[in-house]
Amino acid sequence: MIDVIDLKKSFGKLEVLKGVNVKIEKGDIVCVIGPSGSGKSTFLRCLNCMEDPTGGQIIFHGVNIADMRVDINLHRRKIGMVFQQFNLFNNKTVIENIMLAPVHVGVSDLRNAKLHNFFLPLTNMFRKKKNKKSALEITQTKAQIKEEARKNALHLLERIGLSDKADVYPSTLSGGQKQRVAIARALAMNPDVILFDEPTSALDPEMVGEVLDLMRELAEDGMTMVVVTHEMGFAREVASRILFMDQGVILEEADPKSFFESPKHQRTQEFLSKVL
Amino acid sequence: MADIAIRWSKFWRSFWINEGYIRVFSEGLKNTLIIAVVGLIIGIVIGTLIAAVKVMPKYKILPRILDKILALYVGFFRGTPIVVQLLLAYFVIFPMVGINIGSINTCVLVFGLNSGAYISEMMRAGIQSVDPGQMEAGRALGMSYSVTMMKIIVPQAVKNILPTLGNEFIALIKETSVASFVAVVDLYKVFTEIGTSNYEYLIPYLFMAIIYIVLVMLITLGIKIMERRLQKSDRRN
Ligand SMILES: Nc1ncnc2c1ncn2[C@@H]1O[C@H](COP(=O)(O)OP(=O)(O)OP(=O)(O)O)[C@@H](O)[C@H]1O
Ligand SMILES: [Mg+2]
Repeated sequence: MIDVIDLKKSFGKLEVLKGVNVKIEKGDIVCVIGPSGSGKSTFLRCLNCMEDPTGGQIIFHGVNIADMRVDINLHRRKIGMVFQQFNLFNNKTVIENIMLAPVHVGVSDLRNAKLHNFFLPLTNMFRKKKNKKSALEITQTKAQIKEEARKNALHLLERIGLSDKADVYPSTLSGGQKQRVAIARALAMNPDVILFDEPTSALDPEMVGEVLDLMRELAEDGMTMVVVTHEMGFAREVASRILFMDQGVILEEADPKSFFESPKHQRTQEFLSKVL
Repeated sequence: MADIAIRWSKFWRSFWINEGYIRVFSEGLKNTLIIAVVGLIIGIVIGTLIAAVKVMPKYKILPRILDKILALYVGFFRGTPIVVQLLLAYFVIFPMVGINIGSINTCVLVFGLNSGAYISEMMRAGIQSVDPGQMEAGRALGMSYSVTMMKIIVPQAVKNILPTLGNEFIALIKETSVASFVAVVDLYKVFTEIGTSNYEYLIPYLFMAIIYIVLVMLITLGIKIMERRLQKSDRRN
């Protein structure tokens, strides 16, 4: 689904990613681990071009989204992202946080379709007969789009066990609740893949479990996930593959069992002996 | 003391018996408020747009050029007194290009452009005080820079700078007293006329001062109420 080819990223003179090659297939649960500063976050943020790569390609559904000419917003709708610091919208209630992007996308698509249809007679005058375009189908009104997004959001809230928090502001939630809402917000767009950057690192220890449990459920439901994490237990148990990053390259790539039991590289062995 | 009584009766005659109060409220106060309120709204719109351009990442050529132009605009309006801007617009620029939008509209426009320059600086500080994670989250969901700006960042920025915006509104209300330079009948103009009618200025001007003070107090109160309402999102419940 995502094909990373020779990905490079520099910040000024500092070369952070030095040619990363990875294939992420549908249903994969890829855990990225490695020492601090090795480029894990940068790698993850390149996958949806939150950082623009300075070299290489990110092929998502057959399109190189690292190319500055593609409309990245269109592709980002299908790549969810969950942040270490949650980043819930402070000025929106919990349910508004979840509904915002789906409603925005639905409404702006509707507006574009209406515009297209309105100008169609005009634009078609300049097209040859066989090239003439037809009107776009409009199936939903604005109110229906909102209603559907609300239903979907309530459904997601039920799933993460926070139905009673729908109308409160994020500042009133605990860290674990915030992160679960952030995951629900990502899910609301029906993404093909979700990227997690240390989703439990900012949490108090007693809240780590609830977030990891939710992620485990997603994994069981077949969601494709790329997770940067320091939770070795989670990686070992849930991951389908482990990437070990060090100094801007993927030093080792293996299934969890062989990765944790018989790491090949000396750097990997050193790292594991420190964290396990 | 007798002196005050005479002054008062003179003022009372022109203000109440000769119905000066009608002009005070239906023209003076009205025009002052129109210029200040509409000016502020225009200022907020312009200021927000300028601030949004200013905080844009600058690796494309267009934002960089825009940035330079906007810097000129802000520099001019902050660097010259508003009277000068008003006189220039009313007596030089508009006659030169041959349009006449009337003195009140000229005032509204100039006050709007002027406060836009000031508000852009406030708004930029406000935007920069919002956690960058908010923009990241919006962009990661596939919303564009401008949509995220307007739906997420600006509302939070406005909340952060509400007291400063209130001060700008207060300053604006008081500055409108220069509108009479271009023949607008504002509070200052009406009370001067009342004073001139019988050469008694002390009480009219005191009265005018009180009206300004009441206006400012009302604005201050309004801002407080708005702040309290917006703080909803900060509070646990
Ligand atoms: N925006 C930036 N500008 C300049 N340098 C950056 C930027 N972002 C990251 N870096 C640098 O890139 C290197 C890799 O950073 P990155 O955040 O990807 O590491 P990481 O593996 O995620 O580390 P950690 O485990 O601490 O999160 C670091 O040296 C960091 O200082
Ligand atoms: Mg990181």
